[in-house]
Amino acid sequence: MRRYSRGEQHRVEVVLDGRSREGRCESRMLLSDFLRHVLGATGVHVGCEHGVCGACTVIVDGVAQRSCLALAVAADGRDVRTVHGLARDDVLSDLQQAFRRHHALQCGFCTPGILMSATDFLARNPAPTEQAVREMLSGHLCRCTGYTGIVAAILDVAALRRERGGTQAA
Amino acid sequence: MKDDAQARPASQGTWVGRPLERFEDEALLAGRGCYADDAPVRPGTLAAAVLRSPYAHAQISRIDAARALAMPGVRAVVTGADVEAWTSPFIVSVKQPMRHWCLAVDRVRYAGEPVAVVVAEDRYLAEDALEAIEVDYDELPPVIDPVAAAQPDASILHADVGSNVVSDRSYRYGDPDAAFAEAAHRVRIDVRYPRNSGTPIECGVVVAEHLPGGAGYDVLSNFMGPMSLAAVMSLALRIPAARLRLRAPRHAGGSFGVKQALFPMIVAMCVASRKAGAPVKWVEDRLEHLVGATSATGRVTTLEAAVGDDGRITALAWDQLDDCGAYLRAPEPATFYRMHGCLTGAYAIARLRVRNRVVLTNKTPAGLVRGFGGPQVYFALERLVQRIAVELGLDPLDVFRRNFVPSGAFPYRAPAGALLDSGDYAAVLERALASAGVDDLRARRSAARSAGRLYGIGFAAIVEPSISNMGYITAVLTPEARAKAGPKNGAIAAATVAVDLLGGVTVGVDSLPQGQGHATTIAQVVADALGLAPQDITVDVEFDSRKDGWSVAAGNYSSRFAGATAGAAHLAALRVRERLARIAAGALGCAPADVVFERGKLFARSNPGGALSFARAAGNAHWAPALLPEGEMPGLRETVFWTPDVLAAPDGHDRVNTSATYGFAFDVCALEIDRATGSVHIDRYATTHDAGRILNPALADGQVRGGFAQGLGAALMEEFVYAPDGSFRSGSFADYLVPTAMEVPEPAIAHLETPSPFTPLGAKGIGEANNMSTPVCIANAIADALGAGVDPAAIELPMTPSKILALVAATERMVSR
Repeated sequence: MRRYSRGEQHRVEVVLDGRSREGRCESRMLLSDFLRHVLGATGVHVGCEHGVCGACTVIVDGVAQRSCLALAVAADGRDVRTVHGLARDDVLSDLQQAFRRHHALQCGFCTPGILMSATDFLARNPAPTEQAVREMLSGHLCRCTGYTGIVAAILDVAALRRERGGTQAA
Repeated sequence: MKDDAQARPASQGTWVGRPLERFEDEALLAGRGCYADDAPVRPGTLAAAVLRSPYAHAQISRIDAARALAMPGVRAVVTGADVEAWTSPFIVSVKQPMRHWCLAVDRVRYAGEPVAVVVAEDRYLAEDALEAIEVDYDELPPVIDPVAAAQPDASILHADVGSNVVSDRSYRYGDPDAAFAEAAHRVRIDVRYPRNSGTPIECGVVVAEHLPGGAGYDVLSNFMGPMSLAAVMSLALRIPAARLRLRAPRHAGGSFGVKQALFPMIVAMCVASRKAGAPVKWVEDRLEHLVGATSATGRVTTLEAAVGDDGRITALAWDQLDDCGAYLRAPEPATFYRMHGCLTGAYAIARLRVRNRVVLTNKTPAGLVRGFGGPQVYFALERLVQRIAVELGLDPLDVFRRNFVPSGAFPYRAPAGALLDSGDYAAVLERALASAGVDDLRARRSAARSAGRLYGIGFAAIVEPSISNMGYITAVLTPEARAKAGPKNGAIAAATVAVDLLGGVTVGVDSLPQGQGHATTIAQVVADALGLAPQDITVDVEFDSRKDGWSVAAGNYSSRFAGATAGAAHLAALRVRERLARIAAGALGCAPADVVFERGKLFARSNPGGALSFARAAGNAHWAPALLPEGEMPGLRETVFWTPDVLAAPDGHDRVNTSATYGFAFDVCALEIDRATGSVHIDRYATTHDAGRILNPALADGQVRGGFAQGLGAALMEEFVYAPDGSFRSGSFADYLVPTAMEVPEPAIAHLETPSPFTPLGAKGIGEANNMSTPVCIANAIADALGAGVDPAAIELPMTPSKILALVAATERMVSR
């Protein structure tokens, strides 16, 4: 087990959205702060710093989790995916496009976290019910939209992926 | 449908009115927005952390920062002594000797009040040092309940003021006493409105830099106005307004009015930068935001109506007590006065009596929260209308129909001064009943009740003011004091349209959007005026007080965008169009009035074949000034300042047209209460609006849905709770509950459009209606479900399961007796 001492800078290596990145931080630095301020992934948003609002959600080794409840040093050597990795060659993913089509965002501050949870969720649940989508979304707070467009966008993209045989599933 | 909306319209079509997808979304969806905490800062910028009072009311006998200053990375600690030396207390809109500084000086008056700021090399180090600041507090008795705070024996917050009641004004319109004396019935309701908030997911951010050579301060923040507060900040910093440069980044993570309350922290960070000798950045955390940022004004209301046998209301008497917290922070007591002109709501009631008292308590200062004043007023007024129906045994819909301002009576002057610009309230009601399927709901209610279930239907009719009169707050002063202070009025909006050297169009606006999609709507409006497509228009919503056109009313509040800012952009675009028509008329061989702008081209009405491209025509203003018609200025950039003509200062009888436009909404809610758990299940919710001309229906519906979700939260979940000792009990999102996707149903939305005669595009605000209508509509449905025996005063927001269970138990006891 690695030991970290207080006040020392530690090297943290991650695969961030498909690219090897490294940075240095104290052992107490939150993963959210590390991603934003050390690696520059400012699409990771911080809304509550106590794990309720979900804005900071990223996918670590394939599982959506709150980056404000994790330490950066605990992500050392892991695969971290953020909102920055969803679009390919400047083309928005099907999920992102569905969000635009359904007016699923206003201020957009909660959106990156929701996109990451939805990405994880749809990979596990290709044919979700509306109720299941709402239960997944209950881990996120949005104060602008009333959630209607978000639910519609996620159901829409699930249906489109099924029509296309699931080849687009992230 | 959707795809058609994105396509170029037919020649006679317009972009305004289409549900265009937003230009904002691509950057935001890709995680490439630029919010305040993402914006670049200068190397060497330091981080601030704020020490806050754990006590609601205490004297500070000692602050010692020596240990903190000795800690690694700490550069400065700012305390009350610094702010006394370098700033002045904030000005207060009632003339009272109250001293409100950006940090506590000698005394703290609410839990969460800023006491000191640590400036350090990073935020972790700054937060470490907070714990090393030694503060000795001598506790004083706190005052939490507003009614108790108004008593003569209450503990006093501000000794110089001598009372916690800092304003007490009475108003009389018509002859209300005679109406009450003659009335067949008097119906009264006593209600309280809780303290709650919009809680944007992005908290406050301030980056402040003290500039050398007396140049003042440069501030980047997500403060969103009203820019009248620039005057309050400049005066506190003892500098000319021009030396306080306020900038806002491209994107903001919501505000709902709340970020208005950032202004004292802007002043605090200016002082911190001055003391540290470096730029300082502060990012508010969620606990700070909940405990210390702001709150909707809590209110205690007694409202009484004089009523005829048929339910016709002949007079209203309001007695309102506002809990503004520990300091009367600008623009308070505006929560009262925003609504003052339209205290008779949607009803033709000629006689009115009002008493407004403002009381201070040991709580966070109150301020703007979406709906601002409306939720407080309509919770009383629409509960009263429900009670009139119950007490007189009438159908509530008949009470509405008999009291509405008649359809042909607009513009209608309400007794306290509101000039209701346009509307057809009866038509909206009928549309709402159809949208809700009210006959079906009544059948469902009968069936549920005969099975012993608790099913209720509620209604609410609200007039939604938008575009606030900058002079309304002076209604708090007596006419004599007002005359001495000089008149204030208007609601100035500004927009700039520029055409560049290749014919590209850029628009700058004063609306500081917080996520609504202003850039998209402005592009639609300007495209129509210039015969272009929205994607041809570049809209700049960043704000820089040094470079942009703006005035006192600038900012993101009072639903001013659609009516005022979009209207000003339309007028500025028309000016550019007139200039281009004059410039191109010679080449087109026609009079300027006969130049047609269509599909990116200019041509003479009589000769569509001989068209000039928009870019070519505009280019002449830049590349060939010698060819311009005589008297035509070179360059192509027009700024329009617009204010609604109808907004005058309050008159000698305290009548004031508080807003330029007044929309209308009628809501219907059907719900069922679970006897076992006290939880509420919404069976159907229909909300029907008339916000004048709708500029982008998708965005308008987005505003309705968002307001509805917040209204639902206010109705059932949200409250800032204080313990009897004044400590704060709602400091996390696990304590302050806001609705998730599991709690928010999909409302049925319908619109009628009665254009406003007073705004350039006929548009009115729509973003606050459901914050005003939904809390009381749900409360009325809960009251209906619990039955006529329920104590009306016990319907108190938020209607949590525990409150409802107690009422269910009380009704069951009554039945069994």
